[in-house]
Amino acid sequence: MKVLLDLYISWFKMGLFTFGGGYAMLPMIQKEVIEKHHWATEDEIMDYYALGQVTPGIIAVNTATFVGYKIKGVIGGIIATLGVVSPSVVIISLIAGLISNFSELEIVQHALKGIQVAVCVLMFTAIRGLYKKGVKGTIPFIIFAAAFLLSYFTSISTVILVIIAGVAGYVISVSGKKGGEAK
Amino acid sequence: MSTFLLMCFEFFKTGLFAIGGGLASIPFLKEMSVKYGWFTIEQLTTMIAVSESTPGPIGINMATYVGYHMFGIAGGICATLSLVAPSIIVICIVAKVLEKFRNSPVVNGVFSGFRPAVVGFILAAVASIYLNSLLRIPAWQASGNLTDLFNWKAIILFAALLAFYEYKPKIHPIVIICLAAAAGIILGF
Repeated sequence: MKVLLDLYISWFKMGLFTFGGGYAMLPMIQKEVIEKHHWATEDEIMDYYALGQVTPGIIAVNTATFVGYKIKGVIGGIIATLGVVSPSVVIISLIAGLISNFSELEIVQHALKGIQVAVCVLMFTAIRGLYKKGVKGTIPFIIFAAAFLLSYFTSISTVILVIIAGVAGYVISVSGKKGGEAK
Repeated sequence: MSTFLLMCFEFFKTGLFAIGGGLASIPFLKEMSVKYGWFTIEQLTTMIAVSESTPGPIGINMATYVGYHMFGIAGGICATLSLVAPSIIVICIVAKVLEKFRNSPVVNGVFSGFRPAVVGFILAAVASIYLNSLLRIPAWQASGNLTDLFNWKAIILFAALLAFYEYKPKIHPIVIICLAAAAGIILGF
């Protein structure tokens, strides 16, 4: 029971302080899921993000379900997901009912521009951490650079890029092993 | 079928077929507007703007907003639950399969390709946030003056927050977000 409550509260917090898409949630996930509760490792979170890209649904929700399922099975997945969507339901219902011109308010715009800078700071640290752990050696660097360039400069769907990266990873691991055996 | 159930069905469909981030669900919402006339494209634009400027994943915010717009609080809750239901089902199945094949060399090979690629995708997604918030490319293009390119206020805030965060890495990201929001309001960003 205690774990389910922790899952709900933790994902509620992450939903409440994420502005933007699922990627912006990463610093929060590193803090809550990896450092504080040790529910998953950095590698697992990367796997969830990749799988979250190629499976139906929103990445933030998919990641919450993955972590919840890992900790407490199906019920854990459901509770974590309910946690991450709860703040949205409450806040949007309030705003839609009371202030429909919310996004045009001057104070909101100023605050959001400040928050964007915070996201830049948090993501700088988050990506540096991921890079140090996930991109070691020449081949991972090539995959990283290709993924960045293709995703930034072309309109190829991320779904396709994830699949290509997976196939490349598999082919390289197989040929690497064969090379090793030959020696 | 009652409109309420139809709405839930449409959001279930969106959750099942919109692959990727929340923005992937926008075409589905446009279709709802055109097909059923539940809201106008103008209203949808407002909903997207509010969803982007409130806490929470954009996709969830939009589902709640559309549901609330149509049927009040119950609509918001049901639209959101319908949107996430496919994720829960699919991900639980994927997670179960993953548990079984965690140690298979095939899965490990595939993941060894995923991990560096994900870092690249995240960097690409963040790069545009950087350009948007720290630089002012339109202003620079308009004046041709290089000093107009930099959003000095934002860059100074960025440097200050980054220094603080490096100095106190144990601090919760929430603190950084609150500080930046306060700075944005006080300094009039």
